[in-house]
Amino acid sequence: MQDAELNQTFYEGQTIHHPKSWLTKYVFSQDHKTVAIQYFSLSLLTGVVGVILSMVMRLQLGFPGLFDISPDTYYQSITMHGMIMVIYLLTAILLGGFGNFLIPLMLGARDMAFPFVNMMSVHFYALSVILLFASYLVPGGPTGAGWTLYPPQVLLPGTPGYDWGIVMMILSVAVFIIAFTMGGLNYVTTVLQSRARGMTLMRMPLVIWCIFLATVIGLLAFPALLVAGIMLLLDRLIGSSFFMPDIFQFGQHVTNVFGTEYEGGSPLLFQHLFWFFGHPEVYIVALPMFGIVSELISCHARKNIFGYKMMVWALIAITAVSFIVWAHHMFVAGMNPVLGFFFATTTLIIAIPTAIKVYNWVLTLWKADIHMTVPMYYAVGFIFTFIIGGLGGLFLGNVSVDVELSDTYFVVGHFHVVMGISPILALCGGVHHWFPLITGRTMNNFLGKIHFWGTFAGAYLIYIPMHYLGLGGVLRRYYDFKGLAYVSDSLHDMNVFITLASIVVGLIQFLFLFNIVWSYFKGKKVEKNPWKATTLEWQTTTMPPGHGNWPNKLPTVHRGPYDYSVPGASEDYIPQNVPLEAETEGGSSHE
Amino acid sequence: MNDLVKDWSSDVSTFKIRWSKAMMWIFLISDTFIFGTFLISYMAIRLTVVDSWPDTSQVFALHVGGTDVPLLLIAIMTFILISSSGTMAIAVNAANKKDKRKTGIFMLLTVLGGIAFVSMQAFEWTKLIVDEGIRPWGNDFGAQQFGSFFFMITGFHGLHVLIGVIYLSIVSKRVLAGRYDGIDDYQIVEVAGLYWHFVDLVWVFIFAFFYLW
Repeated sequence: MQDAELNQTFYEGQTIHHPKSWLTKYVFSQDHKTVAIQYFSLSLLTGVVGVILSMVMRLQLGFPGLFDISPDTYYQSITMHGMIMVIYLLTAILLGGFGNFLIPLMLGARDMAFPFVNMMSVHFYALSVILLFASYLVPGGPTGAGWTLYPPQVLLPGTPGYDWGIVMMILSVAVFIIAFTMGGLNYVTTVLQSRARGMTLMRMPLVIWCIFLATVIGLLAFPALLVAGIMLLLDRLIGSSFFMPDIFQFGQHVTNVFGTEYEGGSPLLFQHLFWFFGHPEVYIVALPMFGIVSELISCHARKNIFGYKMMVWALIAITAVSFIVWAHHMFVAGMNPVLGFFFATTTLIIAIPTAIKVYNWVLTLWKADIHMTVPMYYAVGFIFTFIIGGLGGLFLGNVSVDVELSDTYFVVGHFHVVMGISPILALCGGVHHWFPLITGRTMNNFLGKIHFWGTFAGAYLIYIPMHYLGLGGVLRRYYDFKGLAYVSDSLHDMNVFITLASIVVGLIQFLFLFNIVWSYFKGKKVEKNPWKATTLEWQTTTMPPGHGNWPNKLPTVHRGPYDYSVPGASEDYIPQNVPLEAETEGGSSHE
Repeated sequence: MNDLVKDWSSDVSTFKIRWSKAMMWIFLISDTFIFGTFLISYMAIRLTVVDSWPDTSQVFALHVGGTDVPLLLIAIMTFILISSSGTMAIAVNAANKKDKRKTGIFMLLTVLGGIAFVSMQAFEWTKLIVDEGIRPWGNDFGAQQFGSFFFMITGFHGLHVLIGVIYLSIVSKRVLAGRYDGIDDYQIVEVAGLYWHFVDLVWVFIFAFFYLW
């Protein structure tokens, strides 16, 4: 740990030791770029499992009984799909992947503040993924209580994996939290303490602001999940009753592992703890994708981002407010209605800074020199999708409407638009944008456009009908709807349609993975800085940047991150490390 | 206010301290949320359970000289832990003056305080489990959550003390071995001190909310 810091100060101009062996280069690497790629690949592989599990669910819902999927499998698939997508894919890839890769490069640092801790972070993440999938090997299989793991259901006989699956799940999540904390401490320390000369906080690219704030949210929100997990684990293993009330099943008082009765616990407390983590988690995922989209829009529309300072303060406002909205997930949980009023208000308030960001993106595009590159497709698609998702949120944020819509497919549709499709679009746009930086080659544009249109249009085909199902009263987490008179034939047909659409969209996602692999070997080689971007990560002497990022001196920053199309400048972009006097006039730096 | 924002958003580093110290502060803020969530959960459950909450001065009494002295053991434990914060502060002060020997000795005293605390906690647990028959799933004094919260919160805190003991022993050994002489940097002692003071501070809250309430 000390060494890295000494390096930062002293080795400008000196040579550093570069790892030689395969093991130190690729497995036990402390280079932030390798760690990022490890995070990328592992989380994408985990995400593939998540997609396959969603196919299992859709096949059962579209064609009940046809594929011999048991209720246990169905509920286990729900749980694992939710956990994998929210935590092991999105949190890991946006913070572990993009965060690790971009923070040191964009800030002009040699590496993360604590490279060894960073390496440990990705290894713990790998361990948590192994533990997660190991739950398929324990008796009873993984838990089937849904990704929210609500007690008392999660510990009741009859729920799949109520005995060992839940233990594995909590262990895996705990290890993930340790991994996240190690990574998160690194990101925050690096952003705060090891920027290049001239890189003030208000000259940081927005994506760094976003990842930084998302990490802060994570460091403050994950403790609640850890505590809830520990207490649930103790309820399961040593017979305490933190969350387990007096509860009767088949006329029997439910007992703990020692045969004594559970009594007096509060299931509502678990929901509070879980959502104190769960809602900020939405912003842990949302903020990095806001940041990625800001970068893409500014760079590919060749224009300074509209209202940089406003963007930053909006982000800070979202970060603060995200901690006081959690109970809007609990309007029907039985808490005091006065609380419902409070949380509905804060929920609607958080829409204001979010809307500011959307307006600023649109105003950035206004009269800009828009290049319709593949990343731009994804960025614009993201704005559309996110607005649709946000409008759905207005319905769910109001108590009186939410009571009707709670636990229906309206909710499923809403959060898949916000948390499913929007991140995929931002993420794929980001991968397309930074792929040349990582590999020196571009991704295939044709495949990229097919993937974009398939995902973008497919998302509407899947999730808009889901909103409709929800308005029709179809409840989520039902294994099938046989014999339910109020679920009409047309709603059944709609389920079939959604299943067919989601299979197509699911298969299209593999096109994206194929594109990554194919382009890695066969993609078109490109010159340095192919997008003519201003931010520091493109200004390294070699592309991809080598170990240590900058071979000799660290760069010095002279201007804000988005000096595109500056009037009077010889080119339509001025990198952050170009001195002010180097170009004639009208530099539009922010401070 | 404007100047404050300007200072914080200046280039290179926001806070003019070493990276390790910054990281320890950030970690401790995160850890505060863990203990805060534990204590808030405890308060929430204590306010909602149907059974009466045990009388803590009775449960935690020590039988000395024919009478029950309430909270005697826990008072001694608290005194020792707070004192160990004092010796740690002296160690940090000595480290700033580059007094290797004094730093090492007072860190080892701190370690001794930590070991004493953990041993007395082990004694307390043994007494409560073996003599009083308190279990996570029930006890003779009142609400069964009393036992589970007690073992969980003091256990988690005790784990922190134990980690601190190991952490401080390693650092003090390195200080005495002169490992930090070469790079002329004793700030690692201060970072370890931050952790130790945090663990003590948390104990004050646990003591107030669990034993005195």
